[in-house]
Amino acid sequence: MIVGSQKPFPELWEMVQGFKKVLVLGCNTCVAICHAGGGKEAEIIAAMLRMKAAEDGVALETDHDAVQRQCEPEYFDPLMEKLRGYDLVISTACGVGVNFLSKLIGATPVYPGVNTSFYGAVPAAGVFVELCAGCGNCILHLTGGICPIARCSKSLMNGPCGGTDKGKCEVSKDIDCAWYLIVERMKELGTLARLGEIQPPRNWATARDGGPKRIVLEHIADLEEAEAKK
Amino acid sequence: MTTMKSGSNLERVLASGQPAVTGELGPPMSADPAEVVHKAHVLKGFCDAANITDCQTAIVRISSVAAAVIAQREGLEPVMQMTCRDRNRIAMQADLLGAAALGVKNCLCIAGDHQSFGKAGKLMGHPGAKNVYDVDTVQLVGILKKMRDEGLQQGGDKLQVAPKFHIGASWTPLGDPMDFRPVNLKKKVAAGADFIQTQGIYDVELFRSQMKKAADLGCFERTAMLAGIIVPKSAMMLKYMDASVSGITVPPELIARMAKAREAAGDDKKKMKELQEAEGIKIAIELIKQVLDIPGVKGVHVMAIEWESALEPIVKGAGLYPRPTFADA
Repeated sequence: MIVGSQKPFPELWEMVQGFKKVLVLGCNTCVAICHAGGGKEAEIIAAMLRMKAAEDGVALETDHDAVQRQCEPEYFDPLMEKLRGYDLVISTACGVGVNFLSKLIGATPVYPGVNTSFYGAVPAAGVFVELCAGCGNCILHLTGGICPIARCSKSLMNGPCGGTDKGKCEVSKDIDCAWYLIVERMKELGTLARLGEIQPPRNWATARDGGPKRIVLEHIADLEEAEAKK
Repeated sequence: MTTMKSGSNLERVLASGQPAVTGELGPPMSADPAEVVHKAHVLKGFCDAANITDCQTAIVRISSVAAAVIAQREGLEPVMQMTCRDRNRIAMQADLLGAAALGVKNCLCIAGDHQSFGKAGKLMGHPGAKNVYDVDTVQLVGILKKMRDEGLQQGGDKLQVAPKFHIGASWTPLGDPMDFRPVNLKKKVAAGADFIQTQGIYDVELFRSQMKKAADLGCFERTAMLAGIIVPKSAMMLKYMDASVSGITVPPELIARMAKAREAAGDDKKKMKELQEAEGIKIAIELIKQVLDIPGVKGVHVMAIEWESALEPIVKGAGLYPRPTFADA
């Protein structure tokens, strides 16, 4: 899932300056699971903004709402008129939601309430770890299911650097060395010999380096178009 | 005589079968070349070539390309270091062509310290810098080889004139995961490394066992191993390296020797420094003799960090002086 964390309150307060009527809009999928931007968090942010406004004697009306997913248009359909009734929407979805709603909503500004961080998992309650970089050319079958691009601080492809210490990364003792994990995992799988093969320079064009990505499934897109024409 | 790949002095010494000595020169945080010139004069004559570090610990300094050329003008052959941290493959290859055009013949490929290292002590560094790592060390070695031997850029475009580099890579034999390190070395060798310089070795026996494993993988059939020697300055430095520097373990008896040298000075701080430095030079000489005895080791890479003047007594003490010269060079 996409993991994010809530923006610090002073930053949110700075964002609403000059606006009179603000909606905080949660997203009840990924960012709800990481307690950053679901309906509950949207409600709390709206209340905090209101309290701060009352404390400072600033006229500010805030509401909250949430949709199941801010990355598909149909979830906004029942809400769109309401959304357009505000001066500002703070979306606490990931950056995808903020971008997407900005395009759909028209002249109303949409600001981010969450710092979108990574694609990750939840190994324990309240803990979120980055496991994938979305690089567009997966090599996990070669590295024991542990991604060196996302999980090595240097995205090294052919083994560890000289900075590994007791299984930890040179950047921080809180970061596991991905290559240490890869070697241990491949030993367990009996596939360590594969790590002796040289991985050539990658084609990063499948990642962000190639420019914004777009995937079109023509068989589905064509069907939709035909439906719409009927 | 074997055909030279680069014709560098270091390559000639290695080809001659005599033990090679490389030193290290860290460029300054300055636009003034004077410090590079000065260090080059201190090192010259006591090593076959000196590594020019590439923004070591992620601190901005005179670039390794420029400092290598300055050193070369002063008569010190450079081993230009190139990290994968700061440049993508376009910038790397452009700098390699530029360096070769300016006469640089040795290049050492390394991953580079992470940019977070720059913020340390009084220095602010650039911990917020973007890290590049478009290619890693093994891939960079392969790129140099392809440029040199096939006259091709990584992308496949032809070079009018190929850069003739003597290609190096680093190795941390005693780093985690230790059983993978010989394989790691093998990949650098297979990619095209002509010489390898290691992280500083203090635990000679552990290094010997890693060398044996690497030899069994066929790492030394056409690649020369230069064992890294970090000249210790004090007991504190040894303790710090043992505890905090990845891939370095210092046997307790070496730390005890340095501590004893320190104690012999009593409260005299100047003497404390002198006695420890003298002991450090002695230790370095002993380490050099021990590592040169290990099969596969063809030379030493002596790192006297910010203490370039230590190289002379060390090289002389180890019986490695004078350095070989070649009539036609």
